[in-house]
Amino acid sequence: MTNTALLPVIVRSPTNSFDLLSRYGTVAVLIVLVVFNLIFTTNFATLQTLNVNLTQVCTILIVAVGMTLVIATGGIDLSVGSLMAISGAIAPMIFLGKLFPVGNVHLAVVLAIVVAIGVATLLGMFNGWLISHFRIQPIIATLVLFIAGRGIAQVLTNGQLQTFKVPEFQFIGLGRVLGIPFQVIIMAVLVLVATWVIGKTVFGRQILAIGGNEKASRLSGIAVGRVKLTVYAVSGFCAGIAGLVVIAINSSSDANMVGLGMELDAIAAVAVGGTLLIGGRAFIIGTLLGALTIQLVRYTLLANGVPDAAAQVALAGIIVLAVWVQQQGRAL
Amino acid sequence: MKRIQLARMAGSYGVVIALLLLLLFSYLRYENFLSTFNIMSVLRYNSMFALVALGMCFVIMTGGIDLSVGTVAALGSVAAAYASPYGPVTGLAAGVGVGVLVGAINAFVITRMGIMPFIATLATMLAASGAALLLAKNRSVPVSYQSGFTEIGQGNVVGLPIPAIIAAVAFFLGWLVLNYTATGRGVLAVGGSEESAKLMGLPANRIKVMVYVASGALAGLAGVILAAQFGAGQPIEGVGWELFAIASVVVGGTLLTGGVGSVGSTLAGVLLLGILFTALNFENGLGWISLSAYWQSVVRGAFLLIVVILQSRFMIAKEG
Repeated sequence: MTNTALLPVIVRSPTNSFDLLSRYGTVAVLIVLVVFNLIFTTNFATLQTLNVNLTQVCTILIVAVGMTLVIATGGIDLSVGSLMAISGAIAPMIFLGKLFPVGNVHLAVVLAIVVAIGVATLLGMFNGWLISHFRIQPIIATLVLFIAGRGIAQVLTNGQLQTFKVPEFQFIGLGRVLGIPFQVIIMAVLVLVATWVIGKTVFGRQILAIGGNEKASRLSGIAVGRVKLTVYAVSGFCAGIAGLVVIAINSSSDANMVGLGMELDAIAAVAVGGTLLIGGRAFIIGTLLGALTIQLVRYTLLANGVPDAAAQVALAGIIVLAVWVQQQGRAL
Repeated sequence: MKRIQLARMAGSYGVVIALLLLLLFSYLRYENFLSTFNIMSVLRYNSMFALVALGMCFVIMTGGIDLSVGTVAALGSVAAAYASPYGPVTGLAAGVGVGVLVGAINAFVITRMGIMPFIATLATMLAASGAALLLAKNRSVPVSYQSGFTEIGQGNVVGLPIPAIIAAVAFFLGWLVLNYTATGRGVLAVGGSEESAKLMGLPANRIKVMVYVASGALAGLAGVILAAQFGAGQPIEGVGWELFAIASVVVGGTLLTGGVGSVGSTLAGVLLLGILFTALNFENGLGWISLSAYWQSVVRGAFLLIVVILQSRFMIAKEG
């Protein structure tokens, strides 16, 4: 049993000056973007635009929630894109009955979702095991599955596109509850749960403590290995969900493409959102704002006729600027 | 004590021993594996990765990382392709030039703005990729075949592929710089402990600027070879090169925490991963098994896994 009272107070109050600056820095960028769009982008203030942007940001954010926890422990997870590909490859194989026949379509879909996310979670746990048991640096440990993971997904499907039309499954990407896209609900639930875990639970405090000072955490009796294992498993779990959402939206699963480059998008969202890459802080709402900012930058440029490639260059500048502003705030 | 020595030995010679074992195994198992043709094509193709890995090795030794090398190579290949009608030297200068430029931006953002190398080079990775696509207008850019530019990638001198000679010279220079110059020693000192290095009066920032510019230049050079070898500047090539380079450096025994490293074993790391691929292709050719191209990344990942686990065992043994 760990007593929270023994832990150093690492969670800063949000009224701290640099917290405010870093938080409002990203908010300010967001407001500028929205105002700019209201003036210059035609049809910006419509429900459809909101929906397009929300669905685009969903998969990034689902992955970024797990990534925020990983980064809070001082780690990083490069394997998320590959895990998305694996989960996206496995699910159709099950509900299309390629592995074994399943009579009932509902049963098949449930089985597919559980197995796909389960495998992704186990692989995340494998990352955590490499990191905690063998003391391998996170960037290298997760590089293994970054390289091998997509290969596994390709081998499973023989590199072939799996197309399907299964409304029962595709509900998670295309369905709506009370008019709200279902994946937005998944995203919101994950964000709320993660915020609660970080702010209100012993486990959350342990994550921050490990990121702040691993040695001290170990000495104060935190089961560092177990916390890390859990955090990487959560990251795998989130990636598994994101993989399913992507294939449900596309009505197809392409192991070569699902989740490609997702690790960088997610890391960028976390960094822009104000979570330090050296660990010790986790700012889930910040990650939400970071992901929204990145998406809105892309949307703004594309909607105004700037090519995708130029949008990438602009995005690079914004990432550097956002991180720099936060660091200036810290120096005050 | 004995265990520590063993660990050190394994660190410096493990990769060379593994490379020799792989070569011996492949020589005994596959006909023509050590044929001149095969050796030359392996060297020609892997020279690009070797150059990128050399730059990465220096960056990692200072405790940093450079994620931008892959897209910088792509950008370099596009720039070189546009410059190729004016001759090989101009092409070379254009490719290396954009590499130096991106490297300088990396160095500025890291040393002046104080942003972590991972984030800084992640941003330039995006930017270089965007710039390459813009410059190339989303297509591959054909190189000129009349100006002699393609010789840089396809030509031979005294029977050796020119790219391999370039890479060999680069590694020799890298080895000299690391082991016999103040800058080289400074690289390791900064990686070991930046604070101490600064307190001892070492120009830590200048050293960092040098390694990032060098890494950019080498990535640009790899891009020139890419364009010359395949006859086109390719804006979407280079994806994942940075991770291949990191894997080679790690397999070579250089620690990601900085302060320790070797140019020679990085080269061995590149060759090991490269030859592993060739061996897999030969294995397919034998017809006993048929591994699709997809298996290659699985095998590569598994190999990286084995190496890092072994290394961590030795590390733990070292710590006692």
